[in-house]
Amino acid sequence: MSDPVVKKFMYINRRAPYGTIYAVEGLEVVLIGAAFEQDVCMAFVDDGVYQLKKNQDTSELEIKNFSPAYRALGDYDVNRLYVERESLEARGLGAEDLMELTYEDEDDDWAEKPSVKIVDREELANLIAEQDVILNF
Amino acid sequence: MLHTVNKSPFEKNSLETCLRLAKPGNDILLIEDAVYAAMDGTSVADTVSTAVENFKIYVLGPDLASRGIGQNELIKGIEVVDYDGFVRLAAENNTVQSWL
Repeated sequence: MSDPVVKKFMYINRRAPYGTIYAVEGLEVVLIGAAFEQDVCMAFVDDGVYQLKKNQDTSELEIKNFSPAYRALGDYDVNRLYVERESLEARGLGAEDLMELTYEDEDDDWAEKPSVKIVDREELANLIAEQDVILNF
Repeated sequence: MLHTVNKSPFEKNSLETCLRLAKPGNDILLIEDAVYAAMDGTSVADTVSTAVENFKIYVLGPDLASRGIGQNELIKGIEVVDYDGFVRLAAENNTVQSWL
């Protein structure tokens, strides 16, 4: 048997949470897709950056707060979450407004490292250009 | 008249159109993804700050909380209401116009 093909997958998230179902469905697809052991990363652009905002509390809305589920991504080897800097800035947000998401690096004695990386537009464009598969939510 | 807006100002022009066509003194309530327009420091904050002078602008508290937006992060002059406040605004105004 030949080695399984590993492709570079990027999930691009451009919608705010709760107002539409895109964000929660997209996250679900990423978590399911993680089982296929591909090279997976996520990008958060436009209103998608709101998905990572900290202190989400849906108790009065009586719907599920799915933001803690982003913490599970690290356990599924989804540990590169790229956030476009320009999208954050347009929304008055910075790194300190985002949830602290981490993963344990198996190549570095399981050291805990941040998963969220803020990148500028050009860096993100380069990352998009190098993907084999891009899925949009 | 009460105007409600439920779309993000960064994704749709619903708020922009509402502000263009509402009459001075009208009530405007930001709900769902439109609550992002109530945050200070954004690229639309200047537009919304100006609108606060012409309209009474409200924002729905539970929709702010679910999106992780604190009341200290809002543009000055915007009033936070709960679901009872939403009902009161709808009852007090003869007409409710929803900008979708």
